[in-house]
Formats: sequence, structure tokens, C-alpha cells
Amino acid sequence: MKAHSLALLLLGVALGLPLTLLAARGLQSRSGVVEVHARVAETGGWTPETLSAVAGKPLRLRLISDDVVHGFAIGQGQAAPLDVEPGRPVETTLTFSRPGRYVFFCTRWCGPNHWRMRGTIEVSGPEVSPEPASAPLYLTLGLDLDAPHPADLPPAERPSASRGAQVSQSMPATVLPSGNLRSESPAQVWRRLREAPETAAMTDQELWDLVAYTWRSATTTEALVEGRALYASNCAACHGEGGAGDGVMAPSMPAPAGMEIGHAAGSPANFRDSQRMLGASSAILQGKILRGGMGTGMPYWGPIFTEAQTWALVDYLWSRSMDYEEVR
Amino acid sequence: MSTLDLTAHPTIKRLLRSRWPQLILQLIALAGFLVALLASWLGTPIGNHNFAIVVVWIAWWALLMLLLVPALGRGWCSVCPLPLAGEWLQRGSLLGPRLDVSGRPRPPLGLGRRWPARLRNIWLQNGTFLLLALFSAVVLTQPSATGLVLTVIILVAVIVSLVFERRAFCRYLCPVGGFIGLYAQAAPLEVRVTDPAICTAHTDKSCYVGSAEGYGCPWDLFPGSLTKNTYCGTCMECLRTCPYDNVAVRLRAPGSDLLNPSGRRLDEAYKAFIMLGGAIAYSAVMLGPWGGLKTAAFEIGSLPWLAYVGGLLAFVLLVLPGSFLLAVVLGRRLARPAPPLMKTFVSLAYAFVPLGLAAWIAFSLSFVLTNLSYLWPVVSDPMGWGWNLLGTAALNWHPYLTSFVPPLQALVLAGGLGWTAVTARRIAEQLGGGLRLAWPTLLVALASTVGVLWLLLG
Repeated sequence: MKAHSLALLLLGVALGLPLTLLAARGLQSRSGVVEVHARVAETGGWTPETLSAVAGKPLRLRLISDDVVHGFAIGQGQAAPLDVEPGRPVETTLTFSRPGRYVFFCTRWCGPNHWRMRGTIEVSGPEVSPEPASAPLYLTLGLDLDAPHPADLPPAERPSASRGAQVSQSMPATVLPSGNLRSESPAQVWRRLREAPETAAMTDQELWDLVAYTWRSATTTEALVEGRALYASNCAACHGEGGAGDGVMAPSMPAPAGMEIGHAAGSPANFRDSQRMLGASSAILQGKILRGGMGTGMPYWGPIFTEAQTWALVDYLWSRSMDYEEVR
Repeated sequence: MSTLDLTAHPTIKRLLRSRWPQLILQLIALAGFLVALLASWLGTPIGNHNFAIVVVWIAWWALLMLLLVPALGRGWCSVCPLPLAGEWLQRGSLLGPRLDVSGRPRPPLGLGRRWPARLRNIWLQNGTFLLLALFSAVVLTQPSATGLVLTVIILVAVIVSLVFERRAFCRYLCPVGGFIGLYAQAAPLEVRVTDPAICTAHTDKSCYVGSAEGYGCPWDLFPGSLTKNTYCGTCMECLRTCPYDNVAVRLRAPGSDLLNPSGRRLDEAYKAFIMLGGAIAYSAVMLGPWGGLKTAAFEIGSLPWLAYVGGLLAFVLLVLPGSFLLAVVLGRRLARPAPPLMKTFVSLAYAFVPLGLAAWIAFSLSFVLTNLSYLWPVVSDPMGWGWNLLGTAALNWHPYLTSFVPPLQALVLAGGLGWTAVTARRIAEQLGGGLRLAWPTLLVALASTVGVLWLLLG
């Protein structure tokens, strides 16, 4: 009888030990850490997609990939990106200083619909006066982002900022374009220069080079470097490493719904296409980035990038259709 | 051929007769099985971070195919956790038999029906193995699929135990038990009676019907006439129930059963081809360079998968046995007088047991040593929930002995081919045909070996 009791006890241990895993799991789930599972968008994206937090209080997250390598970041630069490797959960703690709606998103190209891997964090808290927010430039200007805007007389060769710098030496300063050029396209500025009497002796290409020099002078090397990094991690997969619209994801992009600007049929925008790019303004490019392509497969980046990041990206995009030597 | 009686050593005999070592091993296996089952249903879906996938299909498989089957034959069956629940329910006991007031064993629980006579063969096991093989690309990589298979197996095992007597599930249905039995014939270990005359004279037949000391043979065998390992589960019940101390566990020359002409059957012959063909097919799907084949094996229910199913079944059930049949027909033309076709086909098929076992060992070596390092993280974090119980969760994948594996595989396959050749010649001699009868069979074995070598090393 003692032997049978001992055998039963051992059986209890054999059954009980595995069941302690469930008990430990129960304790883990009550530890206040919120588990967020990541799967490619085709099989569910983030679970849960909506998280809640209180301003000023830490939100502890355990991020778990259930398939491939994902990344996790909060929009508007609220937290540094984390890699989430399959089978290796990572924990992070976020504290939001202000109530509001924040976007979290995947930072790794995990699949064709990678950009759809977005979720929101609703942060509650005492009402605070909202930070003054300026409307995007394309809204202020009332631009139609979807209207065609080809350059009438595109340059015969790629405009060069360095050649333009040499041209500018022989130009009176009053002729050089100045002020905020974000609402104008390079083609518009080129047309203005062409019509100025002081440039009558100059070739069309020299004027395009002068435009390139002007655009380059309106930004900084730091902004271009930041823009290049943002482009590489967020845009290159579709638009291609060099900006020719030939990224690895391009073949899987949906056909555009009647879009003209910068889009060849069924492919992402080609930023090296002078005719299409030089007719656009920085405001249009910013609007495209913020709003997305509306049916073309181009994601909206408004909740993701800060304003400075967006402009840095726009500045970098110009280097695809005009030659800035630093960021070839 | 001389044998070495291990049970002549009192300590070994005492260990084998005692129920405790076996029970403890069974409980360890059961605990591991339960963790695997929980992990398969509740753990991470990432296969290489899930205890179920890594422990069942890498660690357990390595233990089974590289060690237990070649060395102990059906040794695993004596501690396998799958039939335990059903068997304990059937017996109403974890240890020895429950006795009634008169000191006699109580009848087993459940309906206790005899397994249908027409199903007393391994055709069903051939079917369950093939059924599993058709889904194996998914089962071996997706924890939920593994969980489904394990759950179905254990439920069927319990139900069968409560409806039929003894270990009917293990003997007639278990997809693993079928091939373990086949390859147990090659093992260097056997359970046999010392003097069959004592068994003949023993009227109680306690080894078959049970006694206060133990249960009647769970595998429905009469140990007194046991001449092959195929269906002996090495559970040691006969060692416990024999009142004359007439049962021994012996070391012997490996493969002795293959040369025993009695009891050769078509279902077992076909099993040899199913297993050899299975090793070739698995090598092609899992290790071969054909992406389309892998994709087809994964896309269950799709047209490519149906084509894969058709191809796999045709290869293992028609092409391989058909090639062998042609070899047998040719051998019979060369050998005069020719033995009967069916008898020759069935008998010579047993020569493929060593080659099949070698093919499975070689195939297993290729992925076991490559993937064994996945074991260290999963024992620390069995469910993939971010735990680190033993401090090994962060260890990275690292393949072991990569330069050592190809020559070892070649050696194993060469050894298997040589063993098959010797066995085929001996069987052909038994049939009265000699080498003339055997050599076409050797060509089929050679072609199979070259095929496996090419898939594994080419």
C-alpha cells in the first residue's frame, strides 16, 4: 500500500511540474506587463492593436514576435526603435508625459504589408493645454496632392548643385532665388530664372544647375544625412535604394488608382524622373509623405515622423533628381 | 551465435524486475510529454523556440533513432508516455496488479475486447505512419500541428485501451511503434525464454495471463514461443511473472531476427520499403535543394500538395517495392530452382531493414547535430514566454560537428549497405537460390544507397 501511495505521489509530481508552468504563466500575466504580439500584417499585425496608458505612469510592455523579425517604435520619435526577434521576447517601459493618441509601428521590413503594422496607445491623464500645432504646408497652400504637375521643359541632363555653385559666381545676387522655396517647384523657379533678362545669355542647363545649387543651399548636410537614413529604413524597400521606384517590394505593390504624380503605372514613384519630380514642390512632397498615396500603397507617415524628419526626408528626395555630391 | 545473458547478473535482474526504475523513467517521459503538449498549444508558434518542436522532433528523435532503436530495439516502448494513461486506467494501478480478497489479480478495467483478427498485422501502422508523413512538413515545424498530432494519439491510445485488451494501440496503430518493431529485429538485445520446454509444460501460462507478480504480456505475445523482437515491448512483465525464472534478457549478434525464416510477412516486408522510401522522401523534402517540393509539402490541401502526396505514396508503395519486385523476378530467372515469387519477395525484403535503419540514422544525423543547440534555450524557456529558468535562454544556435557529419553519414550508409548485402545473401541461401537470387536485390539496395547519399551529401 505504501508503494502504491508513493507511486501516486510521484505521478502527482510528474503531472504537477508541467502544470506549474501554467501557474507561473498566471503570475506573469498579473505582473502588470502588457504582452504585445507581433505577426506580419497578413496574419494579424499587432495584438492588441490598441493599448492604454496613463500620462506620467510607466507602461511596461513585453514584445513577442510570433513569426519573423519585427521592430517596435513610437511615432514622432517618442522612443528609440527596438528589434523583436522571433522566440525572444523583449521588454520595454514607456512613460508618456502628455495625454494623447500615440502610434506604435513596426520598423523592420517584415512583409509586403509591413507598413500596415501599426497600433495606437491611448494615453489618458489630466487635461493640459494642447501644444500649438501648425497645419501642414500643403493644407495651408490648398494644394491638390493628386493633380498632375509635370515639368514643362525638363533638363537635358541631371541638374548639378556643384556646377550651379560655379554658375552662381557670375550671377548678380539679386537674380538668385531666395526666401522660402518650399511652395515652389524647381520647374517654376527655373522658368522665373529663364524669363529674367540677366540670364538671357545662359543656357537652359546652366539655369537648372543654378536651381540645384539653390535647393541644395536651402538645406544642411545633417538634414540630408538624416533624410538618407529615414529613406533607407522606410522608403527604399518600395522606391528602391537609389530612388528609381524599383525596390524589392515594388513588384507586389497594388496598381495605383489613377494617380499621376511621380507614379508609373503599377509601381512606386520614381524620384529620379526629372520631368515628374522637378514639377513638384517640397510642399507637395511633404503632403504626400504625411497623407500617403491614398490607394497607391504609399503609407501615410504623419503620425510617425516629426516635422523635422519629414522635411529632412523631402530634402533628401531632391537629391535623387538633382545631383548633390554629398549624398550620391 | 552465442549470446550474453544480462539477467544472469543479479543486480541487472533485480533492476529489470523491479517496477520502480521503469516507473520513474515513465514518469520523467510523461512529465516531458506534458510540457511538450502544453507548449504545443500555449507556447510560442516559433518552432525552433518551442519545447514541443525542439524536444520531440530533435532531442527525442535523436535519442530514438541514433541510440535507443539501434541499441535497445523497442526499449523506448517500455517507457513511452503515450500508452500510459490508457494502460493505468486499464490496470487500475501504477505498479503491480491489484489483487482481490483471495489474492488473485482483479480483471482489467474497460471492455477488454480482443483486437479483430483480420487487423492483427501492421497494415494499419503502415497507414498511420504514411498519414503522418503526408503532413510531416507542417507537423515537424508548427507547434500547434504537433500538439494536434500528440493529442489525437493520446486520445486514441486511451480509447483503444478502454475498448480492447492489452496494448492494442501500441501493437496495431502507433505510427512510431510500427517502425521501431521492424528495426528492433536488428537490435543487439532480446528478451527470450531460456528453455522453451519449461513453457510448454507450464500449464498456468502466467506470462500470458498474468499473476500476482505481474501482468499478462501487454503485447499479446506468448513469450514461450517468442523468436523475434518485432512485437516484444521489452516491458519485462514476463520476467516478473515467470515462476520458473525462465526468461532472460540477452545481448546477441545484431540482426539475428532478420535471418530467422519463421514469421516473415508481407505487411512487415512492405514496412521495410515504406521506411526506406520515407527516409529518401524526407531527405528530398527537408534537405534537398528543391524549393518547389518543400513548398508543396507545406501547402496542405493545395494542388501541389496533392501532387506531392501522390508522388510520395507512389514512390514508397509502388516504385520502390516495384523495383524490388523486378529484382526478385530477375533473381528467380537466374537462380534455378527458383523459390516461390511471393515467398522470395517477402523474405528478401527483410534484407532492407539494415539499409533502412542506416538511411534514417544518416538522415537524422544531418539535422540533429545541426539543430541540437536549439535545445538549450527551450529548456530555459519552454513556452517561449521570455523566461530564463536555467540561464541558457540567450544561447544562440550553433551547429555541432558539421565537418564530422558527412563522413559519418557515408560510413553509416556504407555499413547499412554491407549489412543488407550480407543479409540478402544469407536469406537467398535459405531460399535455396544463393547469390544468383540475391544480386539483383543488391542492385536495388545499391541504387537506394547512392540515392540517399546523393540527397544527403550531393
